[in-house]
Amino acid sequence: MSILTRSKRVITTAEVMESRGINRREFLGFCSMMAVMLGLGPEGSGKIAQAMEVKPRVPVLWLHGLECTCCSESFIRSSHPQASDVILSMISLDYDDTLMAAAGDQAEAIVDEIIRDYKGNYILAVEGNVPLAHDGWNCIVGGRPFKSRLQETARHAKAIIAWGTCAAFGCVQAARPNPTQATPISQLVEHVPVINVPGCPPIAEVMTGILTYMLTFDRLPDLDRQRRPKMFYGQRIHDKCYRRAHFDAGQFVESWDDEGARQGYCLYKLGCRGPTTYNACSTIGWNDGVSFPIKSGAPCMGCSEEGFWDRGPFYERLQGMQQFGIESNADMVGKAAAVGIGAAVGAHMAVSVAKKALQGRKDNASDEGNPS
Amino acid sequence: MGYQRLPDDGDLPPQRIFDWPCRAWHWINALLVVVLIVSGYLIGTPLPSSSGDTSSLYVMGWLRFAHLASGQLFALGFLFRVYWAFNGNQYSWQLFLPTFWKKSWTDGFWAQIKWNLLLLKLAPRYVGLNPVANVIMLVLFVLPSLLTILTGFAMLAEVTGHDSWQYFCFGWMVSIFGNTLDLHLLHRLCLWALVCFTMSHIYIAIREDAVGRQTMVSTMLSGIRQYRR
Repeated sequence: MSILTRSKRVITTAEVMESRGINRREFLGFCSMMAVMLGLGPEGSGKIAQAMEVKPRVPVLWLHGLECTCCSESFIRSSHPQASDVILSMISLDYDDTLMAAAGDQAEAIVDEIIRDYKGNYILAVEGNVPLAHDGWNCIVGGRPFKSRLQETARHAKAIIAWGTCAAFGCVQAARPNPTQATPISQLVEHVPVINVPGCPPIAEVMTGILTYMLTFDRLPDLDRQRRPKMFYGQRIHDKCYRRAHFDAGQFVESWDDEGARQGYCLYKLGCRGPTTYNACSTIGWNDGVSFPIKSGAPCMGCSEEGFWDRGPFYERLQGMQQFGIESNADMVGKAAAVGIGAAVGAHMAVSVAKKALQGRKDNASDEGNPS
Repeated sequence: MGYQRLPDDGDLPPQRIFDWPCRAWHWINALLVVVLIVSGYLIGTPLPSSSGDTSSLYVMGWLRFAHLASGQLFALGFLFRVYWAFNGNQYSWQLFLPTFWKKSWTDGFWAQIKWNLLLLKLAPRYVGLNPVANVIMLVLFVLPSLLTILTGFAMLAEVTGHDSWQYFCFGWMVSIFGNTLDLHLLHRLCLWALVCFTMSHIYIAIREDAVGRQTMVSTMLSGIRQYRR
């Protein structure tokens, strides 16, 4: 895979696709598909096609830190465009220790070569985060702490894509009490733009869409305050959920197998995180648009949100407040406070009334004693 | 000037405490708070599922409308009240800033505490806000209100989207917490703070009116405080 990128002549993505037997019709079809997904409007398709025919391919280094590889699993199941097309032709994925056949020193040497040959011109994709505790020995890649590998490669990268909630926000590794001090990529990198593509894993089409955008237009997509591309993370699951009508109507699944569940009512009461989760699941769907959690009757867990592991319980609407006991939530704390104040008010009122009554009797007695 | 203790003995002339904008704000605000608490509670923990044709039902929709509409009025009212703190009479700013650095205020505070602990025989008479009630207002009303308004508009920004003025003005709230579920949690805690406030506020006012030596509830209606011996 690296022969193509290392030859001196500039090779475009379109040429590579052609050499892979993808005909022009399929190529243009792919460009239209991407233009639609990225929301680029009617001229978008032509722009993508032209960019792919003119611009040289950009090498992508794909590193794996502290992670579970679910992002890679998702990525290789991309159906639009097909993963094989993406990996083999659209981008030159020069180094991905999970996907590539090579291993050992030779494979590791590719990283150094890319840094040398494409200084400031390659994209670094990072899956997983960096455990900083104990000098980083909780994640050793190629015999060295992952932290040092990340720092070397990040320094000369054009941009960094933080794949998945791990790389973007920390995910389960960084959940309280975070013993390995797992740290998101954006907190470790300076001077190089970082794009967060959260999700556990992110949707395959989102991943390929973002790569396509960056490679064809040679710039970052529009990002929100948490560095997520607005085109895919601009709206909440709730806003585009096909069960939204049931939410507005006040029709909820009350328990897992009731009539509401069979009718496909809203899963809000069972802790659906759709109203606080920014992702494209309810529009793009998973597995070639077949389904997504809510469509399968399971509430959204909010996996693409920061600290979602610490915002449990997953199947309850109100977030837990462990500070007040392991199973308490805002309502329990609030009700306890309100009941406490109610009791205090009641007691105070009773004592005040009793005292007034006593005083009244005393006053009456003294009035009778000395009539004035 | 704010709080000032009046002599314990003798007849005292009625005093004008609250000007009409303050009173209007108070009662409109009270109504809005009730609507907000009820609708807000039901949004977080909805009623049992409504049965019937989905297309003809709009239960959560109307609840959310009531909540969002009254919430925005509440915010406007709050803004007005802040403005009125600067432009109202000598008592109108006390809600936001008790004069705790003044001896007259701290003396009054302890006198009120003693009175509420039933240690004083004669209820203190004063002009301005009751220092204890003032502290409760600040801690259980003003600060939670500010927090509900901020979190509320930040959550509204989620609905209206990245291009909205709400996001432009309150989107930074999202950056503070990262996960917007925290906004909901804070908002919910503020709801309970306001419930606690409503209970203690009404009790203190009515008790002062009944057992103390000056009017409270009618003062908020007429603006004039009358004193008993």
